[in-house]
Amino acid sequence: MSLVIDLFLEFVLLSLVAFGGATALLPEMHRVVVEQYHWLDDQTFTHLYAIAQAAPGPNVLVVALIGWEVGGLPGALATTLAMCLPMSILIYLLIDRWEGFSGQRWQKAISLGVAPLAVGLIFSGATLISLAASFGLVAWGVVLAVMVINLRSGLHPLWLIAAGALLGLGGWL
Amino acid sequence: METTPKPVEPDLMALFLGFSSVGLSGFGGVLPFARRMLVEERGWMTAEEFNTQLGLCQFLPGPNVVNLSVVVGKRYQGVAGAIVAPLGMLAGPFLIVLLLAMLYDHFGSLPLVQGMLRGVAAAGCGLLFAMAWRMGNSIKSKRLFLPFSAFTVLAIAWMRWPMPYVMVVGLVLSGGLAYWMLGRK
Repeated sequence: MSLVIDLFLEFVLLSLVAFGGATALLPEMHRVVVEQYHWLDDQTFTHLYAIAQAAPGPNVLVVALIGWEVGGLPGALATTLAMCLPMSILIYLLIDRWEGFSGQRWQKAISLGVAPLAVGLIFSGATLISLAASFGLVAWGVVLAVMVINLRSGLHPLWLIAAGALLGLGGWL
Repeated sequence: METTPKPVEPDLMALFLGFSSVGLSGFGGVLPFARRMLVEERGWMTAEEFNTQLGLCQFLPGPNVVNLSVVVGKRYQGVAGAIVAPLGMLAGPFLIVLLLAMLYDHFGSLPLVQGMLRGVAAAGCGLLFAMAWRMGNSIKSKRLFLPFSAFTVLAIAWMRWPMPYVMVVGLVLSGGLAYWMLGRK
């Protein structure tokens, strides 16, 4: 029971700094779940990230996967609820006043200020997952190729995910 | 004047089903699908309303689409709607993800599955780097603000400092600079 409570509290804390959504939280989830509590090892964390990538739905659901592996169904419910509840309540209370503070100098400043931090977080997430998976030269080649193709062409990301899966199935990575 | 179809007030069931369809439709983010459902298909919001309200959802931390479902649910059915809409959005994908987790628990140790997941992770990381690149590219005054991205990478990926502290410090410095710049114009 105390495990589920720990999970819940840690993910409530995470939800409060989730600027940029669950994707921006990957580095911190890794730090808390793998390094601090040793709930999961590097390999499992990488696998869960991959499963979440390949599944439909909002990308916040990676937290349900982590919760499941750490604490079964109660764990999955705890992490998902913890991630969604605090901000849902806050937005419920604030939405009617949004027109009042939207566009004010401090609001614009926070929006502008948070953007470069989110860039750094997402870059860190990709780096840490690549390191956790201890990619070899070929896998890094795939990372680079996917990045370039995604930036240069309109190809749907799902095709790139499928290509990665096939290469992995073939045992090349 | 343009004639717009009169929006039908969705009841709880309609909210649940509408957001279920959004939750189940997207891979790697469902925001575009949310917009299509709300604005184009059902007319629950105008395009302007969508943009304004999404503003707060993106301004606050947390999953944007979940925040958005709370806003729409509240608008049409109060507290009950604000609970039912996000539930609809998350219930289906939640079950799918748990099903995948159970499959993983059984077959995850097979070399074939591990290889496949490695491949997906590599592609996923490529997409993340691309996303970071695109977001970095859309920042104005790059010379002033990209150092904060570098600071974040250094603090988070290299030093492994806890993110809440890094975000507070980063937000005070980066937001402070933005606040000062906005005042000069």
